[in-house]
Amino acid sequence: MRNTLTIAGRDLQSYFVQPVAYVVMTVFLLLAGWFFFALLRRFELILEMYAALRNQPGMQNFNLNQAVIEPLLHNLAVVLVILVPAVTMRTFAEEKRTGTYELLLTSPVRTGEIVAGKFVAAALFVILMIVLAGIFPLILLFFGNPEIGVMFSGYLGLALVAVCFVAVGLFTSSLTSNQVIAAISSFGALLLLYVISWPAEAGEVQFAGLLRYFSLPEHFAQMVKGIISTQDIVYFLSLIAVALFLTQRSAESARWR
Amino acid sequence: MIEVKGLTKAYGSFLAIKDVSFTAEREQILGFLGPNGAGKTTTMRIITGFMPATSGSVLVEGLNIFSESLEARRRIGYLPENPPVYPDMRVEDYLRFVAKLKGVGRNRLDEAIENAVRGCGLEDVRNRICGQLSKGYRQRVGLAAAIVHDPPVLILDEPTIGLDPRQIIEIRRLIRGLAKERTVVLSTHILPEVSQVCDKVVIINDGRIVLEEKLDQISRGESLEDVFLKAIAKEEPAGLVGEAELEEVEAGRSSEQPR
Repeated sequence: MRNTLTIAGRDLQSYFVQPVAYVVMTVFLLLAGWFFFALLRRFELILEMYAALRNQPGMQNFNLNQAVIEPLLHNLAVVLVILVPAVTMRTFAEEKRTGTYELLLTSPVRTGEIVAGKFVAAALFVILMIVLAGIFPLILLFFGNPEIGVMFSGYLGLALVAVCFVAVGLFTSSLTSNQVIAAISSFGALLLLYVISWPAEAGEVQFAGLLRYFSLPEHFAQMVKGIISTQDIVYFLSLIAVALFLTQRSAESARWR
Repeated sequence: MIEVKGLTKAYGSFLAIKDVSFTAEREQILGFLGPNGAGKTTTMRIITGFMPATSGSVLVEGLNIFSESLEARRRIGYLPENPPVYPDMRVEDYLRFVAKLKGVGRNRLDEAIENAVRGCGLEDVRNRICGQLSKGYRQRVGLAAAIVHDPPVLILDEPTIGLDPRQIIEIRRLIRGLAKERTVVLSTHILPEVSQVCDKVVIINDGRIVLEEKLDQISRGESLEDVFLKAIAKEEPAGLVGEAELEEVEAGRSSEQPR
């Protein structure tokens, strides 16, 4: 435990010493702000339209949660597909390239503790990003009356998605000493996780149910709608567990090659 | 104390070291000598637990590096060929990180760091960022990291490489001092270094140990150069390694690639 915290602390510190963290955060929050602005503008426009048409039922079903927060969260998840690999690509690859991996592996530390430390650091970093993006619901709360529970569920979903992405990114980084390869392969894996159910949507195919189960947006969408179900939480947690297990195996195998 | 018995390491079909055995005693500096690519780095990486051997065993202070790995690793200070420093960390933060990783207790942290800093002459650079240090200082930071947890066994892979003559003398003096209550294994291909610093010499060539002797038993009459040449000549056709080449080896850094 102490070793895990030591490694996590160093990793977290190094995120903020290097410019990568600031660039990733800035890009994330800038894009989020832009989406938020665009969605809010659209919300206003549609509301005016409804008012002009005196469409009372339309107006009643139209709300901030569905029109702003939901699409915002879906957009942010896609942005994370691109940004999280940029955060995780260094974790193992950089240590292997500079030789500091030799220090870690010859220290009285278990491989699992190294993986856990790096995971905690990267996970805390992306969660911080998402917490900062919590400014948008706050703004809405100030000027309107969206449902807090639904927004919370959505942000929790986004955090789980981001942590899953971190676990996958750690795995690809542990496979190579080249950061570019680590980033691109984790980007590929994450995108695949995103579109894996497309054949199932196109029509009847074999294993359609299975593909849908593996599809990350399928589970995420439930949480964005405000439904926190065990099934979805289990999906995210098992994805994290599998990716971390593979990372541990791959990090350990560095010794055996 | 380190006991290496019948160590063999295969990279695919290539045998990097074959049946390597030797013993390093306490309060002794063992010079691990050999031409480039002879298997020095491979052997040291196995002793430190960085990678396992294909066959054979290593006992560090009586602990098996494979089966009692964590306990054995706790007792080793290791300076790899490239000092494993994080370029974005300050010297003192780095030493603190390494000390914690090596299991130094919280209440002894400051003292351990202080000793390492003073021992390696890092007082002037303790707040500098590792990446901005010269090669010589980075080497010393690496050495400080190797001794920060006060290990009974020290493994140093070419510790004087890239240093200027004054630094080399300092580091050698430091290593001599460290050996007073420790076991030190030092790899090098600089022959004078061995005769100045070491008590015992082990020569490895083409993955095999070709000589293991106390230095005072060698130096009688024959020079270390002659011994080295004779030892490695047994393995290679006569005349392949000449005096001239040997001097080149002594003169400077060569690029032995760890695999």
